[in-house]
Amino acid sequence: MINAKPTLKSTFKALLYLAPLLIITLVFTIWPLISSFLMSFYTKYNYFTNKVSALGGANFVYLWHDPDFHLAVRNTLIFVVIVVPVTVLLSLGIALLLNRINRLASFFRTIYFLPFVTSTVAIALVWNWIFHYNHGLLNQLLSCFGVHPIDWLNNPRYSLIALIIVCIWRELGFNIILFLAGLNNIDRRYYRAASVDGASSKQQLTNITWPLLTSTIVLVTVNAIITSFKVFDQVFALFHGTAGPANADLTMMYYLYQKFYVENQYTVAAASGIVLFGFIAIVTILACWYFRRHAKLLGGNQL
Amino acid sequence: MQVKLQDIKLTYEKHHNIFERLNCTFNDGELVALLGPSGSGKTTMLNLIAGLLTPTTGKILFNESDVTKQDVRARNIGMVFQDYALYPHLSVLDNIAFPFKMAHVKKSARRKQAQKLAKLVHVETQLAKLPRELSGGQQQRVAIARALAKDPAILLLDEPLSNLDATLRIELRDEIRRIQQTTGVTTVFVTHDQSDALQIADKIIVLANGQIQQIGTGTELYHHPHNLFVAQFVGTPKINLIPIAEFKPYITPTIPDDILVKATTIGIRSEAVSLNSIEQPVIAKIPAIIEKQNQFGREIRTHICFQTSQLISTAISETTASSQAISVYVLAKGCYLFNRDGECIWAGDEHD
Repeated sequence: MINAKPTLKSTFKALLYLAPLLIITLVFTIWPLISSFLMSFYTKYNYFTNKVSALGGANFVYLWHDPDFHLAVRNTLIFVVIVVPVTVLLSLGIALLLNRINRLASFFRTIYFLPFVTSTVAIALVWNWIFHYNHGLLNQLLSCFGVHPIDWLNNPRYSLIALIIVCIWRELGFNIILFLAGLNNIDRRYYRAASVDGASSKQQLTNITWPLLTSTIVLVTVNAIITSFKVFDQVFALFHGTAGPANADLTMMYYLYQKFYVENQYTVAAASGIVLFGFIAIVTILACWYFRRHAKLLGGNQL
Repeated sequence: MQVKLQDIKLTYEKHHNIFERLNCTFNDGELVALLGPSGSGKTTMLNLIAGLLTPTTGKILFNESDVTKQDVRARNIGMVFQDYALYPHLSVLDNIAFPFKMAHVKKSARRKQAQKLAKLVHVETQLAKLPRELSGGQQQRVAIARALAKDPAILLLDEPLSNLDATLRIELRDEIRRIQQTTGVTTVFVTHDQSDALQIADKIIVLANGQIQQIGTGTELYHHPHNLFVAQFVGTPKINLIPIAEFKPYITPTIPDDILVKATTIGIRSEAVSLNSIEQPVIAKIPAIIEKQNQFGREIRTHICFQTSQLISTAISETTASSQAISVYVLAKGCYLFNRDGECIWAGDEHD
């Protein structure tokens, strides 16, 4: 019945159906979140007996003064600032081109999607060859343009760029698929109407495609921000379990890993996790706010 | 502007021809209806004029100049799509001003122009709204205003009334006529509904199976159908069709024998089936049984059984008792004979 009113019994019944997923979420997501938040305030703590002797903000003070953490924040921010816009624009561009071709479209889609389903370790292995100082493809290619060989993986000045290239390349396929889905959702008749109204293909892109694709752009951007802030496995695999030459690729997630598993400073790791969470939350909210404003200016409110 | 289609052939895929040899002319300032059942190629024809489709062979002439190879943007046409295709992210004002924006008209100028057009189609109070906040009729008015924004040489409307309810349909039909007469723009509109075409069009082109069946005014199509298809498609209720063999014994000697030999079907308009002949030429007097009578507003439809055929008459008054064997006159005016190929070879009112 459509007009049935919720009763105590029906609410209980609904909760019963929801219970399995609810319990899993509570135990494996909500509880760890709360406990890590609490853990970041433990100053004297025995991890093995789970005994807390003192509470305070000392862990955050430690982070505030730790040059390693400063480096991690700096590297992560540089990484995010470069990776997010490049991934979004590049994947949008490729999606627009793929949307245009009729033949072999699914072939190209598969090609672009492959990196996403391949294991990070395998990817790192291949890129280790590509970045190789003497025999790498990239240096060979650059030498054609008269660029001297670069030691991508061992020179601290270039190793972050190497990481950025690998990450962009890996994320591309998934974002292209999202954009293609978004493009397919735009009704062809708007383009027909626009061409009747005298819009060139460039004008169609800025006046039809871009505004009608806003929700997909937001999705891809927010997703890119979150995954970029949490980058870890690519660093670990590309630099064989280190944070790159002279910690040049030390990211916040890598810092957290190191504190937790290597240095056993669990409470500091938890505190850095909270800081990372704060960063992600702020940037994501800013991005959403920007797009919402942008969408309003365009006259739409699909968000 | 005059639009001419010359020997248009259009092939989809490989073997399927939509149009074989299409020829027709739209004169300057005319309101022309493309009438036909779905799948007859009406919208395809509109897309050819618009330049959204290119003919396989043949020429499209605008005022005698060849535009076959030009694309939509170069042709200066305005088009209203079946579901209007208003840009969902733009306000009514921005929708109407869109063609100006594409032509790089200054913002203040294009606002003023758009407001003027909004006034013409009576949506000036809705300018700040988004398309989805408007009713169907308002959306259609906006679509027409947007199509007129370019000051097009020809306005194309694809099933402009099919998404509207009955009252709105009649209102907007007259509105299209009014706007067309105010602006004087050559207009072509596609419809599958004969009443839309009969009510407002200067000229009607009847299309079926990718071929033009007949071109003419509503009166011409109704009184002088060239073939069986047009006779059946135009007119409500549908024309009565009877195999000539059943009908022959009752025919008075008004029809020449040589024509009668070639005829296979006789078509009788519902108003030509009457109980009395009132001094009009009659071609036959047939025995029939009245089955039932229905009232449709002003009109009474009488269902009559004649041998194996069902006839509908609108010329019999209500008082007649049903299930009665009676004699019915078939008046010459409103009768047509068709040969094996469906061509009309004799019409009653041409010979009185």
